[in-house]
Amino acid sequence: MPFIPHTEDDIRAMLDTIGVDSIGRLFEEIPAELVIDDLPGVPDGLGEMEVARLMHGRAARDGSPLCFIGAGAYEHHIPAAVWEITTRGEFYSAYTPYQAEASQGTLQVIYEYQTMIAGLTGMDVSNASLYDGASALAEAALMAVRANRKSRSRRVLLAAGVNPVYRKVAEAIAGTQGLEFDYLPLDPATGLTRLEALAEAGEAPVAVVIQQPSFLGTLEDMDALTDRARELGSLVIAVVNPTSLAVLKPPGEWGEEGADIVCGEGQPLGVPLSSGGPYFGFMAARKKFVRQMPGRIVGRTVDLDGKPGFTLTLQAREQHIRRSKATSNICTNQGLMVTAATLYLSLLGEEGLARVATECHDRTAALCAALTGVDGVRPAFDTPFFHEAVLRLDRPVAPVLAELAARGVLGGYDVSADYPELGDALLVCATETKTEADIRCYAEAMAEVLATGQPRRAAG
Amino acid sequence: MSEVPGDLKYTKDHEWIRLEDDGSVTLGITDHAQESLGDLVFVELPEQGDSPGAGDGIAVVESVKAASDVYAPFECTVEEINGTLADEPEKVNSDPYGGGWIARLAPASPAALDDLLDAEAYEQLLAEAED
Repeated sequence: MPFIPHTEDDIRAMLDTIGVDSIGRLFEEIPAELVIDDLPGVPDGLGEMEVARLMHGRAARDGSPLCFIGAGAYEHHIPAAVWEITTRGEFYSAYTPYQAEASQGTLQVIYEYQTMIAGLTGMDVSNASLYDGASALAEAALMAVRANRKSRSRRVLLAAGVNPVYRKVAEAIAGTQGLEFDYLPLDPATGLTRLEALAEAGEAPVAVVIQQPSFLGTLEDMDALTDRARELGSLVIAVVNPTSLAVLKPPGEWGEEGADIVCGEGQPLGVPLSSGGPYFGFMAARKKFVRQMPGRIVGRTVDLDGKPGFTLTLQAREQHIRRSKATSNICTNQGLMVTAATLYLSLLGEEGLARVATECHDRTAALCAALTGVDGVRPAFDTPFFHEAVLRLDRPVAPVLAELAARGVLGGYDVSADYPELGDALLVCATETKTEADIRCYAEAMAEVLATGQPRRAAG
Repeated sequence: MSEVPGDLKYTKDHEWIRLEDDGSVTLGITDHAQESLGDLVFVELPEQGDSPGAGDGIAVVESVKAASDVYAPFECTVEEINGTLADEPEKVNSDPYGGGWIARLAPASPAALDDLLDAEAYEQLLAEAED
């Protein structure tokens, strides 16, 4: 079934039927002072040729550096079949078609996706995806307020290792609805959340957010954090990296009872870095909270003849039915990215994803060994990590990264602004895409950069 | 015309209230309400001990294509909930004034019921809505 916009004739016929002479007349009730004639700062439209030229130019600015930055988005090998199939006409659309009578293929893909996410996270149900990991956390926090009816609190406590950008986005989205987000303190010696701080947190928060692996790459004691949070009467929101779930304990098994809501960034599953987007957020939860979930959910059912089929389900949560009391204003999903993720997971399988995860860990260990062999670089913690680790430099990080970039190496993420207690700290990542030669190349560049310039004098 | 038992009190939100011998009240949605919603698939129940103010949402009745809040008609405490609705929400459709009751409430004030509609006033409300 084609999804083709109305022609001028279609529009004319519809307007004639309802007796209105122009589409503009339908919006006349909007007060004149609220109508905007132009959008300051937004340039005029461009033709296809001009857009292509502009975008090629922008893309070329990225160059093809050797990238050791993780910090929330990860470069993985994507089998060629993933996007070859994703961009077939049957799937390739700016809008996800949900009509059950016309879109069984799309709905089945989403259903398979939900099944895979539920399996990876150890949860009962998954939605059809959200926009990205950061907004998924904001939605999870709002969902926790609805689900935790025993709590009057509007405070959400974040483990020290929750991505700082996620906090900012969550504040922007959920702050206006009365939610407050506070961090638990970091133990700078281990790169882990200070567990005892949870007991000293004052009023029991409505939810506690635990990120695993943490933004600093470390592996938190999520069993203890989960159980402590539950003792307080808080719901537990897990933020996880989907690749890591192939080798780490799924949030559904954390502590005595598991996490309540799981969310995160889906980009590592077959979506290229693409200068920052589009990505997709995933969200899963225990079944008892499914009616509080935001976003679309696809279910499997049978038609009148008893044949299996797929359709949107539990729609009474959504805006077109629940109006202002809907669980979210998000009524769509990142269909194309989810299609790629589903294909990626199908092609890799359980074993393939575990091999990717293990390889990432090994490469990062090799990278840390190579870099800490350079004078002026030390490991920041002696804590188990997944595929990122913090190194401490003998001088400010930003100028070092600039020098490395000039040598074609994106050397990592400067965490000194977000975590000043860590000093001159650099977060590095090596996925399966980085060869031994790549790692050697980075270590040599680092040695060169640190050999010139001056170390920071030890204070006090 | 839907059924409106004469011995109950009503709200304009299509809820019914029955005063029990012990001074507590039982609350449900009317025959008219269940008919308008269609087949219910889920009832979100309050928790025992909840103490809503007048007009606060205490439950949600959900059909395939609609969801509607059930409001506390007055300030009260939830004493008991009809747990069978968790597995059999269709009871609200088949027996709205009996097995489909939603919650038993203890009103904060004994005068709370005075402002509610009697059967005659509720029937009139339904008749006006049909005009």
